Amino acid sequence: MTEGLQARFGKRVRDTPIAEQAIVGMAVGAAIQGLRPVAEIMFADFAGVCFDQIVNSAAKYRFTSGGQTSVPLTICMANGSGAGFGPQHSQMGENWFLNIPGLKIVTPGTVEDHYGLLRSSIRDDNPVLFFTHKNLFALKGRVPAEPSDEALIVLGQASVVTVGSAVTVVANQQMRHRAVEAAQLLTEEGIDIEVIDPRTLVPFDMDTVITSLSKTSRLLVVQEGPPDGGWGATLVSRVASQHFELLDAPPTLLASDNISVPFAASMELASIPDAARIATAVRQLVAY
Amino acid sequence: MTDEPDRDTELLLDLLQRMREIRLFEDTVKEWFSSGLVRGSTHLGQGQEAVSVGVTAALQHGDTTTCTYRGHATVLAQGAPLDKSFGEILGKAEGLCGGKGGSMHLTDFSVGALGSFAIVGAHLPISAGAAWAAQLLGTRAVSVSFFGDGAANIGTFHETLNMASVWSLPVVFIIENNLYGEYSPIAVTTANTVLIDRAPGYAMPGVRVDGNDLMAIREVAMTAVERARGGEGPTLIEAMTYRQSGHSRADPATYRPEGELDAWLARDPILLLEQRLAEGGVSETRLADVARAAAENVRSAADRALSWPEPDPTSRFDDMWVNA
Ligand SMILES: Cc1ncc(C[n+]2csc(CCOP(=O)(O)OP(=O)(O)O)c2C)c(N)n1
Ligand SMILES: [Mg+2]
Repeated sequence: MTEGLQARFGKRVRDTPIAEQAIVGMAVGAAIQGLRPVAEIMFADFAGVCFDQIVNSAAKYRFTSGGQTSVPLTICMANGSGAGFGPQHSQMGENWFLNIPGLKIVTPGTVEDHYGLLRSSIRDDNPVLFFTHKNLFALKGRVPAEPSDEALIVLGQASVVTVGSAVTVVANQQMRHRAVEAAQLLTEEGIDIEVIDPRTLVPFDMDTVITSLSKTSRLLVVQEGPPDGGWGATLVSRVASQHFELLDAPPTLLASDNISVPFAASMELASIPDAARIATAVRQLVAY
Repeated sequence: MTDEPDRDTELLLDLLQRMREIRLFEDTVKEWFSSGLVRGSTHLGQGQEAVSVGVTAALQHGDTTTCTYRGHATVLAQGAPLDKSFGEILGKAEGLCGGKGGSMHLTDFSVGALGSFAIVGAHLPISAGAAWAAQLLGTRAVSVSFFGDGAANIGTFHETLNMASVWSLPVVFIIENNLYGEYSPIAVTTANTVLIDRAPGYAMPGVRVDGNDLMAIREVAMTAVERARGGEGPTLIEAMTYRQSGHSRADPATYRPEGELDAWLARDPILLLEQRLAEGGVSETRLADVARAAAENVRSAADRALSWPEPDPTSRFDDMWVNA
């Protein structure tokens, strides 16, 4: 992830001890004193080690001081399951932070989004948690050869990945790609789904979802990670309570199993939504 | 004996006045808390004033501090106004943080007080990060982090001292060893109660000093600050002191052995400095003037803060985001 940075940027890029509380805490301290740090803490699972600095220091500094300062900090971590890393190196970290106001949460699913959102995250004056999905490392895409503002992507803008009128499917990172696979399966059956990748969870682009729902009247949210207390459940509940009149079927969440992520491929792959399960959920919504 | 003290004496009289103001500030907060004017909790530092006042006297404009929930003294010693500090503790709109932080979060960036932290140990890396920014930007600013003896047992202490040392950061770590963490005496929670013994483990100097002796602590701090500013890296200072009040709220501190408080009261830092000044020829009248000026400043600041309005409830949505 960080190869070549030190050669290019010199003393602005530092090797650290394995000390996540100090890494994030020091990045907060530097951020309030004129720097714009990017802290790399490797696997998202390690966020547990520096949870306090993220939720109590970074997220609350501006508020607690009554607006005397801001924390322009980006924390990068690798997210997700499906690559055989076992229970402590495979979690989706974003939902742990979803109910901490003060943190922006970014979850790119393509190379272009990764580039554009990372640069916007670094420019943002708020603390940003930037999750890269480790099972998407091999993706190919186009990024500008020279730094370019044209490739920037505004935080809080979803992308409509496939256009359709049968069901709105909201999915990010790995699930976005599986939803597109499901869209291909379903096209053969004459069902066209609209896949929306929110790209950032905070802020969340509700408008794009609602616009799509006015057309489809059916919502499926696909979330990698356990079902409870996450952005998927939040989206379902918000749509059900605020946009009930748009719906012709129960808004549905398809999530990973409610278990730790197992190591063996047979168990791990079975625990995460795949294209077939997404397609089944879509068919149920269409038939409702 | 002359009534025209030299410049050093003038400085000490200034510092004495600051200590007296902080003492009266804390006494006022205690009174307000008992009468229900202050919500939640308060952690007072009567008896520990010399540490903050002595260390900040060694700092320059641009240097920064962080401290704990027991941090009123540090923030005031840095130069935060008495009235706005009172105002924050009372939850007033004109408080330092607009009423969002309260007693445990006094913060005044305009004087370099980067904040008071309610999570034990959380601010050590923040001071180190501020020091890293100073190092990278070449500002020559020094960061100082004040924390308790209990904080020397939490992970951030070890992580930060190591990283600050290996990066040679311009930061000074001040342990205010008041012999207790909440209701536990240090020996019950800490395997080696000589906390500077940890300094060699992080390849930095460690200095233990009488934290009730303003002149001693200022001198030790000056050496450490100079070392930090000169690029030689961090120092760990252990200031031996005592909190004369309980841990927080209405804690009567009955867990303290008979006679302990009295012994420390006899070594009250304000008393010690006044004795020193008197021995050096400062008249009783002059010392009484300092005490009177401090009392007047604190009383008028308290009156102003009490007269301020509560924050408009809609202001609770402010300051959550930059460019929301
Ligand atoms: C991480 C964390 N654990 C526990 C507490 C509760 N707590 C508040 S103050 C305190 C004692 C700290 O003792 P010490 O570091 O010696 O500082 P002192 O209060 O004596 O100034 C504790 C345990 C806390 N605020 N943060
Ligand atoms: Mg203590």
